Amino acid sequence: MENKGLNKVDLIFEKIDNREVLNKAFKMSREEIIQEVLESGLKGRGGAGFPTGLKWKYTAAEKSPDKYVVCNADEGEPGTFKDREILERVSNKVHGGMVIAGKAIGAKKGIVYLRGEYRYLLPKLMIELEAFHKMIREIGFDFSIEYRMGSGAYICGEESALFESIEGKRGEPRNKPPYPTVSGVFEKPTSINNVETLVTAMMIVNHGSKNFTQYGTKDSRGSKVFSISGDTPTPGIFELELGMTVLQFVNEFGDGDTKAVQVGGASGFCVPRKKFAETIIGFEGVPTGGSMKLFNSSRSMYNVLHNYLDFFAEESCGQCTPCRVGCQQLLKGVEKVKKGEAKSTYLTELMKLADTMKIAAKCGLGQSVGNAFKSIVGNFKEEIIY
Amino acid sequence: MYQVGNLVKELSDKHGRERESLMPILQGIVQKHNYLTDEAMVEVARELDISAAEVYGTASFYTFLDTQLKGKYVIRVCKTITCSMKGKGDIIHTLEDMLKIKVGETTADNQFSLVETNCIGWCHKAPAILINEMPYTELTPEKVTEIIKDYMQK
Ligand code: SF4
Ligand code: FES
Repeated sequence: MENKGLNKVDLIFEKIDNREVLNKAFKMSREEIIQEVLESGLKGRGGAGFPTGLKWKYTAAEKSPDKYVVCNADEGEPGTFKDREILERVSNKVHGGMVIAGKAIGAKKGIVYLRGEYRYLLPKLMIELEAFHKMIREIGFDFSIEYRMGSGAYICGEESALFESIEGKRGEPRNKPPYPTVSGVFEKPTSINNVETLVTAMMIVNHGSKNFTQYGTKDSRGSKVFSISGDTPTPGIFELELGMTVLQFVNEFGDGDTKAVQVGGASGFCVPRKKFAETIIGFEGVPTGGSMKLFNSSRSMYNVLHNYLDFFAEESCGQCTPCRVGCQQLLKGVEKVKKGEAKSTYLTELMKLADTMKIAAKCGLGQSVGNAFKSIVGNFKEEIIY
Repeated sequence: MYQVGNLVKELSDKHGRERESLMPILQGIVQKHNYLTDEAMVEVARELDISAAEVYGTASFYTFLDTQLKGKYVIRVCKTITCSMKGKGDIIHTLEDMLKIKVGETTADNQFSLVETNCIGWCHKAPAILINEMPYTELTPEKVTEIIKDYMQK
């Protein structure tokens, strides 16, 4: 098991000359750009972790005159706030990543889908975008970007729900396949990438894939931005090399009394103290879109779980039964056990329900409710019962 | 209740009359009036030539496209875990005391609505709220009292 320790990196917020990087990308062929990103091993930074180079390659292979680059800025996973900060501080790198993706896949249009909660950013982003459009036209790119706003629905971070929303409909996830690379927004081939992924891709084009692969591990290349909150003396945004253990993370960011870390937000996993040392943060251990929440021993893990289940019950789009009913039942179920209205063995039944949801739910939301449920109930059973 | 007047037409001129224009148009109405009346939704349906049920169906999916009356200032208090751990309860009590309403209600003068919402992306500065579009973070009862007083004077 590779373990890289805790190292701070400065790639995402690094000050660079955007024009220079885009000039360089302009001179590269589509194949060269895709090859560079493939070789970097970059995986999507939104949480799901699909290899970005492959996504671009598949979309590039589609023979449609109309293709789209969509930037997923619908950051809604509890505990995640890095995309807001990236857009606030280096929007031109986000836009730059979109132009590069556009060149790679052969798209002329880009859409940023920004969550409604971040609307206050829009006026500044519009000014920056105008200057950006001017710059890329001078370089010679034929690409334009527009912004679409979300309106307060967590599920719209799911890619096909996001497309539905852009198209003016209810944000209900679609059946897959077809995948977005074949039929995405407006049923056109679409590469949909997270805010941070686009910036990282731009930096890979800038520094070369070799520079990127020196960071991280075989399964989790590079560095990423972590959103750190909860019981920590230093909450905020930190860019760290991938491949550290939870223990190394806690030694740096904990308050000395950390009993659990929720990695990956409400849809992620809870790691208890006894597993800190053996758990790697990354695709070989616990994956994360960046959300890291620390809980110290004063916190009730029942409250944490209840809060998450309440969140899912509210945010489930309601389209499929396993998720719509399952979220409600898990929530009611833990309440009953807590109140003593159901025996503690009932938790085993609920665990089975969580497993069923993983198999039967239509999209990532319903499929991942079990992650938090099982890891919290599994590790903190006494706190759920008593 | 507001009169939607020319707003739907203006927004449709700006965003177009395609199905994909629906969200920006509804968002435009909400930006100005904070919620959607039946009249406004019927007007949008007419302008885009789709059924009113389609408009309502879409609007009702999104928490920020409210179809119930909302005040001039909508206060959304984050209730997700970090804010909840860091004093969201005190913020709610302070707001309820000040505005003399409960969560989910609107003041009699239609100035303020108080609602809870899910994580708004400021967990590192919890507790956090939104008032219309503006985020306010690292709140204490004192701080939120000052902020609301300012809004009362607007
Ligand atoms: S799993 Fe949940 S969120 Fe996903 S489609 Fe089904 S009901 Fe909707
Ligand atoms: S938990 Fe309140 S802003 Fe994230």
